[in-house]
Amino acid sequence: MNSVLSVDIPTTSNFVTPMIMVRGVEKTYPNGTHALQRLDLNIAKGEIISLLGPSGCGKSTLLKMFADLEQPSAGQVRWNGKADIQSQCKMAMVFQEATLMPWATIEENVRLPLDLRHIAKSLSKEKVLDALKAVGLDKFAKAYPRELSGGMQMRASLARALVTEPDLLLMDEPFGALDEFTRHKLDSDIRKLWSERDLTIVFVTHSIYEAVYLSSRVIVMGARPGRVIADLEVDGPYHRDESFRTSESFIKQCSHFSELLAQASGGQDHD
Amino acid sequence: MIKPLIQHPIVQRIAAPLILGFLFLLIWQLSFQQLEVPVYVVPKPSDIVMALINQSSLLLGSLLVTLKITLLAFACAVIIGTLIAFLFVQSRVVEACFMPYAILFQVTPIVAIAPLVIIWIQNTTLALVVCAMLVAVFPILTNTTLGLRSVNKGLLNLFQINKASRWQILMRLRVPNALPYFFGGLRISCGLALIGAVVSEFVAGAGGTSAGLAYQILQAGFQLDLPLMFAALFLITCTGLGLFLLMSLLSRVFLSKWHESEQA
Repeated sequence: MNSVLSVDIPTTSNFVTPMIMVRGVEKTYPNGTHALQRLDLNIAKGEIISLLGPSGCGKSTLLKMFADLEQPSAGQVRWNGKADIQSQCKMAMVFQEATLMPWATIEENVRLPLDLRHIAKSLSKEKVLDALKAVGLDKFAKAYPRELSGGMQMRASLARALVTEPDLLLMDEPFGALDEFTRHKLDSDIRKLWSERDLTIVFVTHSIYEAVYLSSRVIVMGARPGRVIADLEVDGPYHRDESFRTSESFIKQCSHFSELLAQASGGQDHD
Repeated sequence: MIKPLIQHPIVQRIAAPLILGFLFLLIWQLSFQQLEVPVYVVPKPSDIVMALINQSSLLLGSLLVTLKITLLAFACAVIIGTLIAFLFVQSRVVEACFMPYAILFQVTPIVAIAPLVIIWIQNTTLALVVCAMLVAVFPILTNTTLGLRSVNKGLLNLFQINKASRWQILMRLRVPNALPYFFGGLRISCGLALIGAVVSEFVAGAGGTSAGLAYQILQAGFQLDLPLMFAALFLITCTGLGLFLLMSLLSRVFLSKWHESEQA
Protein backbone atom coordinates (compact mmCIF):
# COMPACT_ATOMS: atom_id res chain seq x y z
CA MET A 1 0.00 0.00 0.00
CA ASN A 2 2.89 2.37 0.71
CA SER A 3 4.44 2.41 -2.74
CA VAL A 4 2.47 4.37 -5.28
CA LEU A 5 3.80 3.86 -8.74
CA SER A 6 3.10 6.36 -11.42
CA VAL A 7 1.12 5.27 -14.45
CA ASP A 8 2.75 6.16 -17.71
CA ILE A 9 0.55 6.59 -20.71
CA PRO A 10 2.58 5.55 -23.77
CA THR A 11 3.71 8.54 -25.77
CA THR A 12 2.43 7.11 -29.03
CA SER A 13 -1.16 7.50 -27.90
CA ASN A 14 -0.68 11.22 -27.49
CA PHE A 15 -0.79 11.53 -31.26
CA VAL A 16 -3.14 8.81 -32.36
CA THR A 17 -6.60 8.32 -30.92
CA PRO A 18 -6.34 5.14 -28.87
CA MET A 19 -8.60 2.22 -29.71
CA ILE A 20 -9.71 2.06 -26.10
CA MET A 21 -9.43 5.04 -23.80
CA VAL A 22 -10.31 4.74 -20.12
CA ARG A 23 -10.76 7.95 -18.19
CA GLY A 24 -11.37 8.14 -14.45
CA VAL A 25 -13.25 4.86 -14.44
CA GLU A 26 -14.51 3.58 -11.11
CA LYS A 27 -16.68 0.64 -10.25
CA THR A 28 -18.51 0.22 -6.99
CA TYR A 29 -21.06 -2.55 -6.67
CA PRO A 30 -24.35 -2.02 -4.82
CA ASN A 31 -23.04 -4.18 -1.96
CA GLY A 32 -20.22 -1.68 -1.45
CA THR A 33 -17.41 -3.66 -3.08
CA HIS A 34 -14.95 -1.23 -4.58
CA ALA A 35 -13.97 -3.20 -7.69
CA LEU A 36 -12.07 -0.47 -9.51
CA GLN A 37 -10.52 2.71 -8.18
CA ARG A 38 -10.08 5.73 -10.48
CA LEU A 39 -8.43 4.26 -13.51
CA ASP A 40 -6.86 5.84 -16.59
CA LEU A 41 -5.59 3.76 -19.47
CA ASN A 42 -4.97 3.88 -23.19
CA ILE A 43 -4.84 0.91 -25.51
CA ALA A 44 -3.55 1.63 -28.99
CA LYS A 45 -4.62 -0.12 -32.13
CA GLY A 46 -2.56 -3.22 -32.85
CA GLU A 47 -1.37 -3.76 -29.31
CA ILE A 48 -1.43 -7.11 -27.58
CA ILE A 49 -1.84 -6.26 -23.98
CA SER A 50 -2.27 -8.25 -20.77
CA LEU A 51 -4.16 -7.28 -17.68
CA LEU A 52 -2.27 -9.13 -14.96
CA GLY A 53 -3.26 -9.41 -11.34
CA PRO A 54 -4.61 -11.54 -8.51
CA SER A 55 -8.29 -12.47 -8.29
CA GLY A 56 -10.43 -9.62 -7.11
CA CYS A 57 -8.30 -6.92 -8.71
CA GLY A 58 -11.10 -6.01 -11.10
CA LYS A 59 -9.32 -7.09 -14.29
CA SER A 60 -12.32 -9.08 -15.54
CA THR A 61 -14.63 -6.21 -14.63
CA LEU A 62 -12.45 -3.86 -16.66
CA LEU A 63 -12.48 -6.25 -19.61
CA LYS A 64 -16.28 -6.45 -19.45
CA MET A 65 -16.35 -2.66 -19.63
CA PHE A 66 -14.25 -2.84 -22.78
CA ALA A 67 -16.94 -5.16 -24.16
CA ASP A 68 -19.68 -2.79 -23.05
CA LEU A 69 -21.13 -5.60 -20.91
CA GLU A 70 -20.55 -3.64 -17.73
CA GLN A 71 -20.97 0.08 -17.08
CA PRO A 72 -18.58 2.11 -14.92
CA SER A 73 -19.99 3.79 -11.82
CA ALA A 74 -17.98 6.89 -12.73
CA GLY A 75 -15.74 7.96 -15.58
CA GLN A 76 -15.92 6.71 -19.14
CA VAL A 77 -14.65 4.22 -21.68
CA ARG A 78 -14.24 5.38 -25.27
CA TRP A 79 -13.66 3.38 -28.41
CA ASN A 80 -11.70 5.26 -31.09
CA GLY A 81 -12.64 8.41 -29.23
CA LYS A 82 -16.40 7.71 -29.30
CA ALA A 83 -18.70 6.52 -26.56
CA ASP A 84 -20.44 4.03 -28.84
CA ILE A 85 -18.66 0.71 -29.29
CA GLN A 86 -20.99 -0.43 -32.07
CA SER A 87 -20.02 2.15 -34.62
CA GLN A 88 -16.35 2.15 -33.69
CA CYS A 89 -15.02 -1.36 -33.57
CA LYS A 90 -15.77 -4.96 -34.35
CA MET A 91 -15.28 -6.65 -31.05
CA ALA A 92 -15.26 -10.33 -30.11
CA MET A 93 -14.78 -11.93 -26.75
CA VAL A 94 -13.46 -15.25 -25.46
CA PHE A 95 -14.60 -16.22 -21.99
CA GLN A 96 -13.08 -18.12 -19.09
CA GLU A 97 -14.91 -21.22 -20.20
CA ALA A 98 -15.43 -22.30 -23.77
CA THR A 99 -19.17 -21.45 -23.41
CA LEU A 100 -20.16 -23.49 -26.42
CA MET A 101 -23.78 -24.44 -26.95
CA PRO A 102 -23.80 -28.16 -26.06
CA TRP A 103 -26.74 -28.85 -28.37
CA ALA A 104 -24.97 -27.54 -31.46
CA THR A 105 -22.05 -28.90 -33.48
CA ILE A 106 -18.71 -27.08 -33.50
CA GLU A 107 -19.56 -25.70 -36.92
CA GLU A 108 -22.93 -24.38 -35.74
CA ASN A 109 -21.30 -22.89 -32.65
CA VAL A 110 -18.73 -21.05 -34.71
CA ARG A 111 -21.40 -19.84 -37.12
CA LEU A 112 -23.54 -18.38 -34.33
CA PRO A 113 -22.20 -14.79 -34.46
CA LEU A 114 -22.83 -14.73 -38.22
CA ASP A 115 -26.31 -16.23 -37.82
CA LEU A 116 -27.18 -13.59 -35.24
CA ARG A 117 -26.16 -10.97 -37.80
CA HIS A 118 -28.47 -12.60 -40.37
CA ILE A 119 -25.62 -13.44 -42.73
CA ALA A 120 -26.67 -15.91 -45.41
CA LYS A 121 -25.48 -19.52 -45.01
CA SER A 122 -23.82 -19.44 -48.41
CA LEU A 123 -21.61 -16.58 -47.24
CA SER A 124 -21.00 -17.79 -43.73
CA LYS A 125 -19.99 -21.29 -44.74
CA GLU A 126 -16.59 -20.26 -46.02
CA LYS A 127 -15.94 -17.89 -43.12
CA VAL A 128 -16.70 -20.67 -40.64
CA LEU A 129 -14.33 -23.04 -42.41
CA ASP A 130 -11.58 -20.40 -42.46
CA ALA A 131 -12.01 -19.74 -38.75
CA LEU A 132 -11.93 -23.47 -37.98
CA LYS A 133 -8.79 -23.87 -40.09
CA ALA A 134 -7.15 -20.96 -38.28
CA VAL A 135 -7.46 -22.85 -34.98
CA GLY A 136 -6.84 -26.29 -36.51
CA LEU A 137 -10.32 -27.66 -35.93
CA ASP A 138 -11.56 -27.99 -39.52
CA LYS A 139 -11.71 -31.78 -39.14
CA PHE A 140 -14.05 -31.46 -36.16
CA ALA A 141 -16.73 -29.29 -37.74
CA LYS A 142 -19.46 -31.87 -37.22
CA ALA A 143 -18.44 -32.91 -33.71
CA TYR A 144 -20.37 -31.90 -30.62
CA PRO A 145 -18.58 -29.92 -27.90
CA ARG A 146 -18.68 -32.80 -25.39
CA GLU A 147 -16.70 -34.92 -27.84
CA LEU A 148 -13.75 -32.52 -27.70
CA SER A 149 -11.06 -32.02 -25.06
CA GLY A 150 -10.93 -28.84 -22.97
CA GLY A 151 -8.19 -27.37 -25.16
CA MET A 152 -10.08 -28.13 -28.37
CA GLN A 153 -13.26 -26.61 -26.93
CA MET A 154 -11.28 -23.46 -26.20
CA ARG A 155 -10.01 -23.48 -29.77
CA ALA A 156 -13.59 -23.70 -31.00
CA SER A 157 -14.44 -20.76 -28.77
CA LEU A 158 -11.55 -18.86 -30.32
CA ALA A 159 -12.73 -19.75 -33.83
CA ARG A 160 -16.16 -18.38 -32.92
CA ALA A 161 -14.49 -15.10 -31.91
CA LEU A 162 -12.42 -14.93 -35.10
CA VAL A 163 -15.27 -15.70 -37.49
CA THR A 164 -16.55 -12.14 -37.43
CA GLU A 165 -13.04 -10.88 -38.31
CA PRO A 166 -12.89 -8.60 -35.28
CA ASP A 167 -10.41 -5.80 -34.87
CA LEU A 168 -10.64 -5.99 -31.08
CA LEU A 169 -10.35 -9.35 -29.34
CA LEU A 170 -11.05 -9.50 -25.61
CA MET A 171 -9.96 -12.61 -23.76
CA ASP A 172 -10.98 -13.24 -20.16
CA GLU A 173 -8.55 -15.75 -18.60
CA PRO A 174 -9.34 -18.10 -21.47
CA PHE A 175 -6.77 -20.81 -20.74
CA GLY A 176 -6.91 -20.80 -16.94
CA ALA A 177 -8.51 -24.22 -16.71
CA LEU A 178 -6.18 -25.96 -19.16
CA ASP A 179 -3.05 -28.00 -18.49
CA GLU A 180 0.28 -26.26 -18.96
CA PHE A 181 1.25 -27.89 -22.26
CA THR A 182 -2.04 -27.02 -23.91
CA ARG A 183 -1.84 -23.57 -22.47
CA HIS A 184 1.63 -22.93 -23.89
CA LYS A 185 0.53 -24.15 -27.28
CA LEU A 186 -2.54 -21.91 -27.28
CA ASP A 187 -0.51 -18.91 -26.08
CA SER A 188 1.84 -19.40 -29.03
CA ASP A 189 -1.12 -19.69 -31.37
CA ILE A 190 -2.63 -16.47 -30.05
CA ARG A 191 0.65 -14.66 -30.51
CA LYS A 192 0.85 -16.02 -34.06
CA LEU A 193 -2.72 -15.03 -34.88
CA TRP A 194 -2.04 -11.55 -33.60
CA SER A 195 1.09 -11.16 -35.73
CA GLU A 196 -0.74 -12.38 -38.84
CA ARG A 197 -3.86 -10.31 -38.49
CA ASP A 198 -4.81 -6.73 -37.92
CA LEU A 199 -5.85 -7.42 -34.35
CA THR A 200 -5.83 -5.61 -31.05
CA ILE A 201 -5.91 -8.09 -28.18
CA VAL A 202 -6.63 -7.47 -24.52
CA PHE A 203 -5.85 -10.58 -22.52
CA VAL A 204 -6.78 -11.04 -18.87
CA THR A 205 -4.64 -13.48 -16.92
CA HIS A 206 -3.28 -14.22 -13.47
CA SER A 207 -0.24 -15.98 -14.88
CA ILE A 208 2.90 -13.81 -15.02
CA TYR A 209 4.53 -16.15 -17.56
CA GLU A 210 1.55 -16.03 -19.86
CA ALA A 211 1.37 -12.25 -19.67
CA VAL A 212 5.06 -11.76 -20.45
CA TYR A 213 5.11 -14.35 -23.22
CA LEU A 214 2.04 -13.03 -25.01
CA SER A 215 2.10 -9.33 -24.66
CA SER A 216 3.72 -6.26 -26.03
CA ARG A 217 2.63 -4.51 -22.85
CA VAL A 218 1.54 -5.70 -19.41
CA ILE A 219 -0.70 -3.78 -17.06
CA VAL A 220 -0.23 -5.01 -13.51
CA MET A 221 -3.25 -4.58 -11.28
CA GLY A 222 -3.64 -4.81 -7.51
CA ALA A 223 -6.64 -5.86 -5.46
CA ARG A 224 -8.88 -4.20 -2.86
CA PRO A 225 -9.51 -1.81 -4.41
CA GLY A 226 -8.71 -2.76 -8.00
CA ARG A 227 -6.14 -0.36 -9.41
CA VAL A 228 -3.23 -0.16 -11.83
CA ILE A 229 0.12 -0.74 -10.17
CA ALA A 230 2.36 -0.72 -13.19
CA ASP A 231 2.12 -0.39 -16.93
CA LEU A 232 5.21 -1.73 -18.67
CA GLU A 233 6.32 -2.66 -22.16
CA VAL A 234 7.61 -6.21 -22.56
CA ASP A 235 11.09 -6.46 -24.01
CA GLY A 236 10.99 -9.37 -26.41
CA PRO A 237 11.21 -10.33 -30.08
CA TYR A 238 8.25 -9.82 -32.39
CA HIS A 239 8.14 -13.47 -33.37
CA ARG A 240 8.25 -15.50 -30.19
CA ASP A 241 8.71 -19.23 -29.70
CA GLU A 242 9.69 -21.64 -26.94
CA SER A 243 13.23 -20.21 -26.85
CA PHE A 244 11.84 -16.92 -25.57
CA ARG A 245 10.30 -18.76 -22.60
CA THR A 246 13.71 -19.97 -21.49
CA SER A 247 15.63 -16.78 -22.30
CA GLU A 248 17.28 -14.78 -19.55
CA SER A 249 15.34 -11.66 -20.49
CA PHE A 250 12.02 -13.54 -20.12
CA ILE A 251 12.91 -14.86 -16.69
CA LYS A 252 14.19 -11.47 -15.54
CA GLN A 253 11.01 -9.72 -16.62
CA CYS A 254 8.84 -12.37 -14.98
CA SER A 255 10.60 -11.96 -11.66
CA HIS A 256 10.27 -8.18 -11.96
CA PHE A 257 6.48 -8.50 -12.41
CA SER A 258 6.41 -10.96 -9.56
CA GLU A 259 8.11 -8.39 -7.30
CA LEU A 260 5.68 -5.70 -8.39
CA LEU A 261 2.74 -7.91 -7.50
CA ALA A 262 4.24 -8.83 -4.15
CA GLN A 263 4.89 -5.17 -3.36
CA ALA A 264 1.36 -4.23 -4.29
CA SER A 265 -0.19 -6.81 -2.02
CA GLY A 266 2.05 -5.36 0.71
CA GLY A 267 2.20 -8.56 2.69
CA GLN A 268 -1.57 -8.93 2.65
CA ASP A 269 -2.68 -12.39 1.73
CA HIS A 270 -4.65 -12.52 -1.44
CA ASP A 271 -6.19 -15.46 -3.21
CA MET B 1 -20.39 -70.84 -18.20
CA ILE B 2 -23.22 -69.43 -16.12
CA LYS B 3 -21.30 -66.74 -14.32
CA PRO B 4 -20.43 -64.59 -17.38
CA LEU B 5 -24.08 -64.79 -18.47
CA ILE B 6 -25.26 -63.32 -15.18
CA GLN B 7 -22.74 -60.53 -15.43
CA HIS B 8 -23.96 -59.53 -18.89
CA PRO B 9 -25.63 -56.10 -18.58
CA ILE B 10 -28.69 -57.03 -20.67
CA VAL B 11 -29.27 -60.12 -18.56
CA GLN B 12 -28.87 -58.08 -15.40
CA ARG B 13 -31.08 -55.22 -16.42
CA ILE B 14 -33.87 -57.01 -18.27
CA ALA B 15 -33.84 -60.76 -17.78
CA ALA B 16 -33.22 -60.75 -14.03
CA PRO B 17 -36.22 -58.58 -13.07
CA LEU B 18 -38.39 -60.53 -15.53
CA ILE B 19 -37.42 -63.83 -13.94
CA LEU B 20 -38.15 -62.40 -10.50
CA GLY B 21 -41.58 -61.23 -11.65
CA PHE B 22 -42.34 -64.59 -13.22
CA LEU B 23 -41.31 -66.43 -10.04
CA PHE B 24 -43.54 -64.14 -8.00
CA LEU B 25 -46.54 -64.87 -10.24
CA LEU B 26 -45.80 -68.59 -10.16
CA ILE B 27 -45.63 -68.71 -6.36
CA TRP B 28 -48.79 -66.58 -6.16
CA GLN B 29 -50.61 -68.91 -8.54
CA LEU B 30 -49.49 -72.19 -6.94
CA SER B 31 -49.79 -71.22 -3.28
CA PHE B 32 -53.24 -69.64 -3.63
CA GLN B 33 -54.36 -72.65 -5.64
CA GLN B 34 -53.14 -74.94 -2.85
CA LEU B 35 -54.69 -72.86 -0.10
CA GLU B 36 -57.94 -72.55 -2.07
CA VAL B 37 -58.28 -68.86 -1.33
CA PRO B 38 -61.67 -67.73 -2.66
CA VAL B 39 -61.51 -65.61 -5.78
CA TYR B 40 -63.50 -62.75 -4.16
CA VAL B 41 -60.74 -62.38 -1.54
CA VAL B 42 -57.59 -62.67 -3.64
CA PRO B 43 -57.75 -63.82 -7.28
CA LYS B 44 -54.99 -65.92 -8.77
CA PRO B 45 -53.04 -64.64 -11.79
CA SER B 46 -54.94 -67.13 -13.94
CA ASP B 47 -58.29 -65.65 -12.79
CA ILE B 48 -57.06 -62.19 -13.76
CA VAL B 49 -55.97 -63.40 -17.18
CA MET B 50 -59.40 -65.02 -17.65
CA ALA B 51 -61.11 -61.77 -16.68
CA LEU B 52 -58.96 -59.91 -19.17
CA ILE B 53 -59.98 -62.29 -21.94
CA ASN B 54 -63.64 -62.74 -21.06
CA GLN B 55 -64.38 -59.08 -20.44
CA SER B 56 -62.02 -57.80 -23.10
CA SER B 57 -64.59 -55.73 -25.00
CA LEU B 58 -65.79 -54.01 -21.82
CA LEU B 59 -62.24 -53.37 -20.62
CA LEU B 60 -60.98 -52.24 -24.01
CA GLY B 61 -63.79 -49.68 -24.29
CA SER B 62 -62.98 -48.37 -20.83
CA LEU B 63 -59.27 -48.33 -21.58
CA LEU B 64 -59.92 -46.14 -24.61
CA VAL B 65 -62.00 -43.73 -22.52
CA THR B 66 -59.31 -43.39 -19.85
CA LEU B 67 -56.58 -43.18 -22.47
CA LYS B 68 -58.46 -40.45 -24.32
CA ILE B 69 -58.90 -38.37 -21.17
CA THR B 70 -55.28 -38.91 -20.13
CA LEU B 71 -53.87 -37.97 -23.52
CA LEU B 72 -56.11 -34.92 -23.95
CA ALA B 73 -55.26 -33.73 -20.44
CA PHE B 74 -51.57 -34.37 -21.04
CA ALA B 75 -51.62 -32.48 -24.35
CA CYS B 76 -53.42 -29.54 -22.74
CA ALA B 77 -50.96 -29.57 -19.84
CA VAL B 78 -48.00 -29.49 -22.24
CA ILE B 79 -49.42 -26.63 -24.28
CA ILE B 80 -50.67 -24.55 -21.36
CA GLY B 81 -47.65 -25.28 -19.13
CA THR B 82 -45.20 -24.33 -21.86
CA LEU B 83 -47.09 -21.17 -22.79
CA ILE B 84 -47.21 -19.99 -19.18
CA ALA B 85 -43.50 -20.79 -18.81
CA PHE B 86 -42.72 -18.60 -21.81
CA LEU B 87 -44.82 -15.87 -20.26
CA PHE B 88 -43.00 -16.23 -16.94
CA VAL B 89 -39.52 -15.80 -18.41
CA GLN B 90 -40.50 -12.60 -20.16
CA SER B 91 -40.52 -10.78 -16.87
CA ARG B 92 -39.79 -11.50 -13.24
CA VAL B 93 -42.80 -9.40 -12.25
CA VAL B 94 -45.19 -11.62 -14.20
CA GLU B 95 -43.69 -14.70 -12.61
CA ALA B 96 -43.80 -13.16 -9.14
CA CYS B 97 -47.48 -12.27 -9.63
CA PHE B 98 -48.69 -15.62 -10.93
CA MET B 99 -46.39 -18.22 -9.40
CA PRO B 100 -48.06 -18.21 -5.94
CA TYR B 101 -51.41 -18.99 -7.59
CA ALA B 102 -49.89 -21.74 -9.70
CA ILE B 103 -48.52 -23.24 -6.49
CA LEU B 104 -51.92 -22.80 -4.85
CA PHE B 105 -53.45 -24.93 -7.61
CA GLN B 106 -50.73 -27.51 -7.24
CA VAL B 107 -51.00 -27.97 -3.48
CA THR B 108 -54.80 -28.21 -3.49
CA PRO B 109 -55.60 -31.93 -3.85
CA ILE B 110 -57.38 -32.55 -7.13
CA VAL B 111 -59.96 -34.81 -5.45
CA ALA B 112 -61.10 -31.72 -3.57
CA ILE B 113 -61.58 -29.60 -6.70
CA ALA B 114 -62.98 -32.33 -8.93
CA PRO B 115 -66.63 -32.20 -7.70
CA LEU B 116 -66.67 -28.46 -8.33
CA VAL B 117 -65.26 -28.82 -11.83
CA ILE B 118 -67.78 -31.57 -12.56
CA ILE B 119 -70.66 -29.34 -11.44
CA TRP B 120 -69.43 -26.43 -13.51
CA ILE B 121 -68.62 -28.31 -16.69
CA GLN B 122 -71.59 -30.26 -18.02
CA ASN B 123 -69.65 -32.29 -20.54
CA THR B 124 -68.21 -35.21 -18.55
CA THR B 125 -65.23 -35.79 -20.81
CA LEU B 126 -64.28 -32.12 -20.74
CA ALA B 127 -64.68 -31.98 -16.96
CA LEU B 128 -62.42 -34.99 -16.52
CA VAL B 129 -59.85 -33.57 -18.92
CA VAL B 130 -59.77 -30.28 -17.02
CA CYS B 131 -59.28 -32.07 -13.69
CA ALA B 132 -56.49 -34.26 -15.00
CA MET B 133 -54.86 -31.31 -16.74
CA LEU B 134 -54.78 -29.34 -13.49
CA VAL B 135 -52.75 -32.14 -11.91
CA ALA B 136 -50.39 -32.57 -14.85
CA VAL B 137 -49.59 -28.99 -15.75
CA PHE B 138 -47.40 -28.05 -12.80
CA PRO B 139 -44.21 -30.07 -13.48
CA ILE B 140 -44.19 -28.87 -17.07
CA LEU B 141 -44.62 -25.28 -15.99
CA THR B 142 -41.91 -25.30 -13.31
CA ASN B 143 -39.42 -27.39 -15.25
CA THR B 144 -39.75 -25.39 -18.45
CA THR B 145 -39.51 -22.10 -16.56
CA LEU B 146 -36.37 -23.31 -14.83
CA GLY B 147 -34.86 -24.48 -18.11
CA LEU B 148 -35.63 -21.25 -19.95
CA ARG B 149 -34.09 -19.28 -17.09
CA SER B 150 -30.97 -21.23 -16.27
CA VAL B 151 -28.89 -20.34 -19.30
CA ASN B 152 -25.11 -20.13 -19.09
CA LYS B 153 -24.09 -16.57 -18.16
CA GLY B 154 -21.19 -16.60 -20.60
CA LEU B 155 -23.41 -17.70 -23.47
CA LEU B 156 -25.89 -14.98 -22.61
CA ASN B 157 -23.02 -12.44 -22.69
CA LEU B 158 -21.94 -13.83 -26.05
CA PHE B 159 -25.44 -13.31 -27.45
CA GLN B 160 -25.50 -9.79 -26.04
CA ILE B 161 -22.10 -8.93 -27.53
CA ASN B 162 -23.40 -10.08 -30.90
CA LYS B 163 -26.45 -7.86 -30.46
CA ALA B 164 -28.91 -10.73 -30.45
CA SER B 165 -32.55 -9.72 -30.27
CA ARG B 166 -34.83 -10.89 -27.47
CA TRP B 167 -36.39 -13.31 -29.93
CA GLN B 168 -33.02 -14.72 -30.99
CA ILE B 169 -32.01 -15.22 -27.36
CA LEU B 170 -35.30 -17.00 -26.70
CA MET B 171 -35.27 -19.28 -29.73
CA ARG B 172 -31.56 -20.00 -30.09
CA LEU B 173 -30.49 -20.04 -26.44
CA ARG B 174 -33.33 -20.38 -23.96
CA VAL B 175 -35.45 -22.94 -25.83
CA PRO B 176 -32.67 -25.44 -26.61
CA ASN B 177 -31.37 -25.00 -23.08
CA ALA B 178 -34.82 -25.77 -21.66
CA LEU B 179 -35.29 -29.02 -23.62
CA PRO B 180 -33.76 -31.41 -21.06
CA TYR B 181 -35.81 -29.78 -18.29
CA PHE B 182 -38.94 -29.91 -20.47
CA PHE B 183 -38.50 -33.62 -21.15
CA GLY B 184 -37.96 -34.22 -17.44
CA GLY B 185 -41.27 -32.43 -16.88
CA LEU B 186 -42.98 -34.57 -19.53
CA ARG B 187 -41.95 -37.77 -17.80
CA ILE B 188 -43.43 -36.70 -14.48
CA SER B 189 -46.45 -35.06 -16.06
CA CYS B 190 -47.60 -38.03 -18.16
CA GLY B 191 -47.93 -40.13 -15.02
CA LEU B 192 -49.76 -37.33 -13.24
CA ALA B 193 -52.20 -36.95 -16.15
CA LEU B 194 -53.14 -40.61 -15.74
CA ILE B 195 -53.51 -40.25 -11.96
CA GLY B 196 -55.64 -37.14 -12.51
CA ALA B 197 -57.82 -38.95 -15.03
CA VAL B 198 -58.39 -41.94 -12.74
CA VAL B 199 -59.04 -39.87 -9.62
CA SER B 200 -61.51 -37.57 -11.34
CA GLU B 201 -63.27 -40.59 -12.87
CA PHE B 202 -63.72 -41.93 -9.35
CA VAL B 203 -65.27 -38.66 -8.28
CA ALA B 204 -67.46 -38.26 -11.36
CA GLY B 205 -68.49 -41.94 -11.27
CA ALA B 206 -69.72 -41.66 -14.83
CA GLY B 207 -71.03 -44.91 -16.30
CA GLY B 208 -72.46 -45.87 -19.66
CA THR B 209 -70.47 -45.05 -22.75
CA SER B 210 -68.12 -42.74 -20.86
CA ALA B 211 -67.13 -45.42 -18.34
CA GLY B 212 -63.38 -45.47 -17.94
CA LEU B 213 -61.15 -47.98 -16.18
CA ALA B 214 -61.64 -46.24 -12.83
CA TYR B 215 -65.41 -46.75 -13.13
CA GLN B 216 -64.84 -50.44 -13.87
CA ILE B 217 -62.75 -50.68 -10.71
CA LEU B 218 -65.55 -49.05 -8.68
CA GLN B 219 -68.19 -51.34 -10.21
CA ALA B 220 -66.06 -54.44 -9.74
CA GLY B 221 -65.62 -53.38 -6.11
CA PHE B 222 -69.36 -53.18 -5.53
CA GLN B 223 -69.80 -56.63 -7.09
CA LEU B 224 -66.76 -58.13 -5.38
CA ASP B 225 -65.51 -59.06 -8.85
CA LEU B 226 -61.86 -58.95 -7.86
CA PRO B 227 -60.44 -60.52 -11.04
CA LEU B 228 -62.05 -57.72 -13.08
CA MET B 229 -60.70 -55.19 -10.61
CA PHE B 230 -57.17 -56.55 -10.97
CA ALA B 231 -57.56 -56.68 -14.75
CA ALA B 232 -58.54 -52.98 -14.88
CA LEU B 233 -55.69 -52.14 -12.52
CA PHE B 234 -53.29 -54.04 -14.77
CA LEU B 235 -54.43 -52.03 -17.78
CA ILE B 236 -54.00 -48.73 -15.92
CA THR B 237 -50.46 -49.71 -14.95
CA CYS B 238 -49.72 -50.67 -18.56
CA THR B 239 -51.02 -47.31 -19.74
CA GLY B 240 -48.79 -45.43 -17.30
CA LEU B 241 -45.80 -47.54 -18.22
CA GLY B 242 -46.43 -47.07 -21.93
CA LEU B 243 -46.65 -43.29 -21.55
CA PHE B 244 -43.48 -43.17 -19.50
CA LEU B 245 -41.55 -45.25 -22.03
CA LEU B 246 -42.85 -43.09 -24.86
CA MET B 247 -41.64 -39.93 -23.10
CA SER B 248 -38.25 -41.52 -22.41
CA LEU B 249 -37.99 -42.43 -26.07
CA LEU B 250 -38.88 -38.87 -27.14
CA SER B 251 -36.28 -37.51 -24.75
CA ARG B 252 -33.69 -39.87 -26.16
CA VAL B 253 -34.49 -38.94 -29.74
CA PHE B 254 -34.12 -35.23 -29.06
CA LEU B 255 -31.26 -35.20 -26.56
CA SER B 256 -29.08 -38.21 -27.30
CA LYS B 257 -26.68 -36.23 -29.46
CA TRP B 258 -25.65 -33.76 -26.81
CA HIS B 259 -27.10 -34.12 -23.34
CA GLU B 260 -25.32 -36.01 -20.55
CA SER B 261 -28.55 -37.58 -19.30
CA GLU B 262 -28.92 -39.59 -22.49
CA GLN B 263 -25.33 -40.75 -22.81
CA ALA B 264 -24.64 -44.44 -22.52
